[in-house]
Amino acid sequence: MAERLQYRDTSLLEEVESRSGTRVSACFQCHKCSTGCPIGPDMDLLSSQVMRLIQLGEEDELLASKAIWLCASCEACSTRCPQGIDVAAVMDALRIMAVGRKLAPADARGKHFNRSFLSSVRRHGRVFEAGMMAFYKLRSGDWFGDVDKVPKMLAKKKLGFLPNRSGAAKEVRDVFRRAEEEDQQP
Amino acid sequence: MKYAFYPGCSLESTAWEFDKSTRAVCRALDVELQDVPDWVCCGSTPAHVSSASLAVALPVLNLQKAQSLKLPVMAACASCYARLRTANHKVQNDAEEKARTERITQKPYDGNTPVYHVLDVLVNQLGLDAIRARLESRDDDSNPLAGLRVASYYGCLLSRPPEIVAFDNPEHPTCMDDLLEAMGAEPVQWPYKTECCGAALSMTTSAVTDRLGHKLLSMAREAGAECIAVACPLCQVNLDLRQADAGKAHGRLPETPVLYITQLLGLALGLSPEELGIEALMVSAAGLLAEHGAAAATGGDR
Repeated sequence: MAERLQYRDTSLLEEVESRSGTRVSACFQCHKCSTGCPIGPDMDLLSSQVMRLIQLGEEDELLASKAIWLCASCEACSTRCPQGIDVAAVMDALRIMAVGRKLAPADARGKHFNRSFLSSVRRHGRVFEAGMMAFYKLRSGDWFGDVDKVPKMLAKKKLGFLPNRSGAAKEVRDVFRRAEEEDQQP
Repeated sequence: MKYAFYPGCSLESTAWEFDKSTRAVCRALDVELQDVPDWVCCGSTPAHVSSASLAVALPVLNLQKAQSLKLPVMAACASCYARLRTANHKVQNDAEEKARTERITQKPYDGNTPVYHVLDVLVNQLGLDAIRARLESRDDDSNPLAGLRVASYYGCLLSRPPEIVAFDNPEHPTCMDDLLEAMGAEPVQWPYKTECCGAALSMTTSAVTDRLGHKLLSMAREAGAECIAVACPLCQVNLDLRQADAGKAHGRLPETPVLYITQLLGLALGLSPEELGIEALMVSAAGLLAEHGAAAATGGDR
């Protein structure tokens, strides 16, 4: 985190509140979200620090952070926040903004995973695990992680060589296209 | 009782035993399932962290398809369940969200197709009394689960956010424990029922899931459990497939089978391990079940 915190303006706060539909301005730093966060020990910013940096307008630091990519969306923070802030929805909004502004760190593997997963759904209507994993490994450069699991999964019939296509695959492609158009609306 | 079944992608691959055991148990209990025609992926976490509109449109596409069956929807995967419920919640409570979703799917949707999780269907809709009655009517009186000490692990997505998904207490759920007790098993008291397993981080940041998995597995053991019951494919993979890695990274653990609650219920109902896909588990449950089956057959307590 920056050594001296300085207030910039409310533009980041306004954008995050509008995207997430939750009032980040209500955060009074009780740290309950950070205390219950299962991933807290692995994060460069705790969730309560994320809330404060949004209030201060520290956009670059937030969107380039690793923390937003480590959030597992377990919703413990959103469930427990005494101010009713949907902290997990704020994390979603920040990830979407980080990708949109090309500020996500290169080693944010979550970004590559999401891309690989959604391309698989876009193509087949359902996730094709083996194809998705190959695509993810290509994109992320994480070549050797978990390769030892593949033979075990094949032996237990948990990975197929062919996709299970949905009969509505074309409908799904149209949904992806129209959702993209909607997301580009200001 | 009849439901439109939404299996979801995991149930066709990494969690095929959850699919098989869910269908087998429902058949045995006369809960009729009809698959949602041409169902598609719910988008899961990758959709809601990437596109707010896609995260609602994909589940709604499925709920629109289910509407043609005029049946309530039942999901087994906890993530699918949470995404379908969240989409309903958003469409019901946000007119702009409803309008956008209808533009994307090009069909009207009012958010009123009910969505239940299989655990909710079993415990609250069918009811424990009906299940108990069925268990008591079994032909032979040996119960393979008698005295089996189980940690019921609910994870995140069946519990949170409570206003959307919870059909039980979000911080201290008991429905799986009640079901296990009805089966003659012994649910153990343990504090990590709704702690997170790290979910999809297992794909990208397995060091985190190994740490969390180890915490859960060692606490379940410390509480006296011999196995863990789950109702979510991600929880199952993270605790079962990654169990050896968790042990390597954070200290050896006794092998702990991680079974779907539907597999355990199927065994109690007298279904065979093959009918429930027990062999699909990475950490084998065969030894544990043989030990208990043997104890039950001789009438001996452990």
